[in-house]
Amino acid sequence: MTDILAILASAGLWAAVLRIATPLILGTLGELLCERAGVLNLGIEGIMTFGAMIGWLAVFNGADLWTGILVAALSGAAFGLVHALLTVTLGVSQHVSGLGITLFASSFAYYLFRLLVPVAGTPPKILPFQPLQIPVLSDLPFIGPALFTQTAPTYLSIALALLLGWVLFRTPLGLAIRMTGENPHAVEAQGISPVLVRYGAVTAGSALMAVGGAFLTLSAFDSFIPTMVQGRGWVCIALVVFASWRPGLALLGALLFAFFDAFQLRLQTALGGQVPYQLFLMLPYLLSIAALAVTARRARVPQALMQPYRRGER
Amino acid sequence: MRFERRVHRPAALVLAAPVIAVAAALALSGVLIALAGAPVLEAYGRILTGAFGSRLAATETLTRAVPLILTGLAAATAFRARLWNIGAEGQLYLGAMAAAAASSLLFGSLPPALQIPLLLVTGALAGMVLLLVPLWLRLRFAVAEVVTTLLLNFVAILFVSMLIDTALKDPMAFGWPQSLPVTESGTLPKLIPRSRLHVGLAIALALAVVLAFVQARTVFGTRARAAGLSPAGAVFAGVPLGRTLMQVALISGGLAGLAGAIEVMGVTGYVTTSLSPGYGYFGIVVAMLANLNPLGVVAAALFSATMFVGADAMGRTLGVPSYIADVTVALSLLAMLVALFFTQYRVRR
Amino acid sequence: MSPVLELDAITKRFGDTLANDAVTLDLGRGDILALLGENGAGKTTLMNILFGHYAPDAGEVRVMGRALPPGRPMAAIRAGIGMVHQHFALAPNLTVLENVMTGTERLWRPVSDTSAGRRKLAALSDRFGLGADPDARLGDLSVGEQQRVEILKALYNDARILVLDEPTAVLTTPEAKRLFATLKDMAAQGLSLIFISHKLDEVMAAADRIAVLRGGRKVAERLRGQTTKAELAELMVGRAVARPVRQMSPAGSPVLTARGLGLRQGGVDRLKGVDFTLNAGEVLGIVGVAGNGQAPLARLLSGTERPTAGTLEAFGQSLGSLSVPDIVALGMGRIPEDRNHEGVIGEMPVWENAVLERLPLFSRRGLVDRRRAMAFARQVIEGFDVRGATPRTRTGLLSGGNVQKLILGRNLIRHPRILLAAQPARGLDEGAVAAVHRRLLEARAQGTAILLISEDLDEVMDLSDRIHAIVGGRLSPAVARDRVDRQRLGLMMAGEWENAGAV
Repeated sequence: MTDILAILASAGLWAAVLRIATPLILGTLGELLCERAGVLNLGIEGIMTFGAMIGWLAVFNGADLWTGILVAALSGAAFGLVHALLTVTLGVSQHVSGLGITLFASSFAYYLFRLLVPVAGTPPKILPFQPLQIPVLSDLPFIGPALFTQTAPTYLSIALALLLGWVLFRTPLGLAIRMTGENPHAVEAQGISPVLVRYGAVTAGSALMAVGGAFLTLSAFDSFIPTMVQGRGWVCIALVVFASWRPGLALLGALLFAFFDAFQLRLQTALGGQVPYQLFLMLPYLLSIAALAVTARRARVPQALMQPYRRGER
Repeated sequence: MRFERRVHRPAALVLAAPVIAVAAALALSGVLIALAGAPVLEAYGRILTGAFGSRLAATETLTRAVPLILTGLAAATAFRARLWNIGAEGQLYLGAMAAAAASSLLFGSLPPALQIPLLLVTGALAGMVLLLVPLWLRLRFAVAEVVTTLLLNFVAILFVSMLIDTALKDPMAFGWPQSLPVTESGTLPKLIPRSRLHVGLAIALALAVVLAFVQARTVFGTRARAAGLSPAGAVFAGVPLGRTLMQVALISGGLAGLAGAIEVMGVTGYVTTSLSPGYGYFGIVVAMLANLNPLGVVAAALFSATMFVGADAMGRTLGVPSYIADVTVALSLLAMLVALFFTQYRVRR
Repeated sequence: MSPVLELDAITKRFGDTLANDAVTLDLGRGDILALLGENGAGKTTLMNILFGHYAPDAGEVRVMGRALPPGRPMAAIRAGIGMVHQHFALAPNLTVLENVMTGTERLWRPVSDTSAGRRKLAALSDRFGLGADPDARLGDLSVGEQQRVEILKALYNDARILVLDEPTAVLTTPEAKRLFATLKDMAAQGLSLIFISHKLDEVMAAADRIAVLRGGRKVAERLRGQTTKAELAELMVGRAVARPVRQMSPAGSPVLTARGLGLRQGGVDRLKGVDFTLNAGEVLGIVGVAGNGQAPLARLLSGTERPTAGTLEAFGQSLGSLSVPDIVALGMGRIPEDRNHEGVIGEMPVWENAVLERLPLFSRRGLVDRRRAMAFARQVIEGFDVRGATPRTRTGLLSGGNVQKLILGRNLIRHPRILLAAQPARGLDEGAVAAVHRRLLEARAQGTAILLISEDLDEVMDLSDRIHAIVGGRLSPAVARDRVDRQRLGLMMAGEWENAGAV
């Protein structure tokens, strides 16, 4: 019990929560954007993997960190375009297309990494994003180290969650995106092309996912390890349902999830091998499944999610 | 330009679709091979000789095809009924673990004729159990099984990892994390001596034939197909949706579990966390390339195995990362989706 | 006065079919024009061209004398054309205001001006008497209210020409009356209206002018005062089609009885206290506006759902716990409401759809007996004139009428003792309707007890011996066909049946 309290009272825990949450926030926002427009994107796991690799590779080859982020975003957008081509233009199964993107993007990432990075005993490193020193805030006792020692992309991800919330619920564009996910025929009837809206949402959403992946190699760690995404993409898909397709709730969900993850990591150390570590590692996945079971029935699913749109066909 | 639904699907086009898809995938990955500075045609040549150039290579390719046939059948059976079982990877691990544990702890002293079937059934059961969880969540809580099966893959592999670290760790393995081994009498007999090819191939082929028959000719097969094509239509026609999906899940999960059991009983002898290089996931590609036809699954699995085995050999000699096989197989799935689309639609200007 | 809207020699081809053949129409300010035609006559295609969803192969659309660029919905909206779709182009999960405002502002505005939207919506609501709460979730509104939102949406886009596609299909009689009053008011205020319909009564009630479309061609145009329903019917169908006439015959003994039948789902009573008795050799009609419990009732009778209250007995045996195959084996034939989604599986061949609900009869030890199944399918195809079908044809290729013949055939060929017919003629053209009605009356003559669930007053009046109205999940008492007229049935469908003269 005192162990648990000590963990909760450590600033390190809360700093870790934000760090762990960042890729989840970005991935969840990306998936949420795709699904709000009516496209399930199971490519997320592979797109995050590719973003992690290509962002890192760019920096490893001399680009600066933000260029690395940009490169990752562009690669994600490219995969998004492929997914949109298959699911929006051709209208093939969104499930299978997404899985195909994941298989392709991750194996392509491994291939390029192996091809372009010399094999070494320890994986090569880059100098990742450093914590931002924010005047006054970072110096506050406890609050400072707990909340204000993050790297720039973390703050960016939180800002993006708020921005996406604004766009979806306060702007004409957001309304068009939401309407496309609910009833693309209604959008068409208003003279807006649901096809273009879906292309845009899937492309932008996939770019966000890739940035989420790049955070892993450019901020959380400093090297690329195949399989490092570890199912985070699938967790994001669960978080979208949990958040009932709302960016604010997605931010909250990602933080909650990251809290449990950070907490179990520390609990694992505290318990010092009395319990197999695998049990702790299982928790995030089991938690996601539990969250789905609790929320799935109540969630207000976009009505046209996974419905291909063909002009003139109902 | 617009797409128009075809009234008739030319049979030749349907049969040609996977061939065209594979050709397109090979062409695209040719670009990647060129990027690695290797001669493309020679690379393909070496993939072929690497996969079939010698007796050893050919048996190796066939050995590699066995788990792919089984996970391909698992995916094909489930997808036909629109049950999105993406959890074959986890089911495979659990099946392997169950078979190894059953052999070393329970049935180890039984003769092969008794032990082998028991182990196969144990492995299949383990796979079934793991898929029943997402099915139950879908039927009870309306949770999409596609996400839960994906998430359970990680849980299953961690669970297996935990067991081979603890209760089922092999004490004779010098501290390596590997499971207790399958006993001598639980090992699958070789199909061809002095190779790794085992009777698992015969089992997989037999199952493909049986499933093709079940799908096309039986009441169950017809109902499962109806459930997949149109749940509303199936319900109206009196297909018990829950029960049919349950039966489909048992077959699909069972096949994936069986893939694990056969792999551990025929090839590795014990379980590690690198037992499968993604057989469960590539089973999806195999199923789609086969257009969900069980006999087609055999051919598609053979193609994938050829790529995997051949690319290993090619990579060693030409310096192309062997991940090129994964890339090609994944690309062939995407290309297949496009090809399948054009079997159903034509372009109209 | 020059016309507000002109369609000039519009021609549109889909593959080998000519959907519109040089159709010319014009519309003046304050006009109400009805576009009358059967399903497949080309009405919807024509309106889709008008609205820019399709580009015509020849001809052009002019608004106030200016040609519209083809295939551009945005241009049509800008020119002041608004469309009220039959399947509303609305999203149940969004609010009324959101539904109305979608696509009305520049997409890249950093913030949506919802207060201006609110004001405009309120002004329009007042002007045309179309009340709607802007913050209500659309899915929580009734169908009639949703239609008003759909009309408001068009008006919000500053539409001066309003096209309504089958606007009364989902409305009760009073709601439809109210709608027509609104339309007349809108015309009086200078809007021009086109409404699409295949119902003669409402065309005669609401339109100034009537254009009749048949086989993609405009076959006639009449002023309302210069035509009759009979003439319009013949123009629409192309020949005088006589629907079969029901012969009087005494009903037999009761075969199906419901007592206090109820279905409660998610805290809502879908059906409550439903009582009826169905006798051999009679047609019992259940008439009502869509969404009043017909679908749940049909599901209970087809065995795809279990009642939560009351009893349902056929031949003295309770149906409550029987599965679909059991019910079919008992001698119950079932024609579902949604023939394309429930009745058949489009991707399966005709022979499989012919036997799917009777698989136990066409199988041995778990194996499908293909030979007998094929033979049965052939029998259905020949006996019921399913055109364009062989047993191996993909069912999705058949037209709606032929799908319905397949469904009728697979049931009637085995002489069911009870036949549940839900909306059996919905969406069929006049010839197919007559064929379906003839088959039903033949079955009745042979002693089959038929439960007919329908939204079509004429159909119910033509076929039924006795009639219940269904409103809000409750049944009115049955009335004999010969003791009611359309007006009284209309009242019953609106829930007023105390004085309807039950028998």
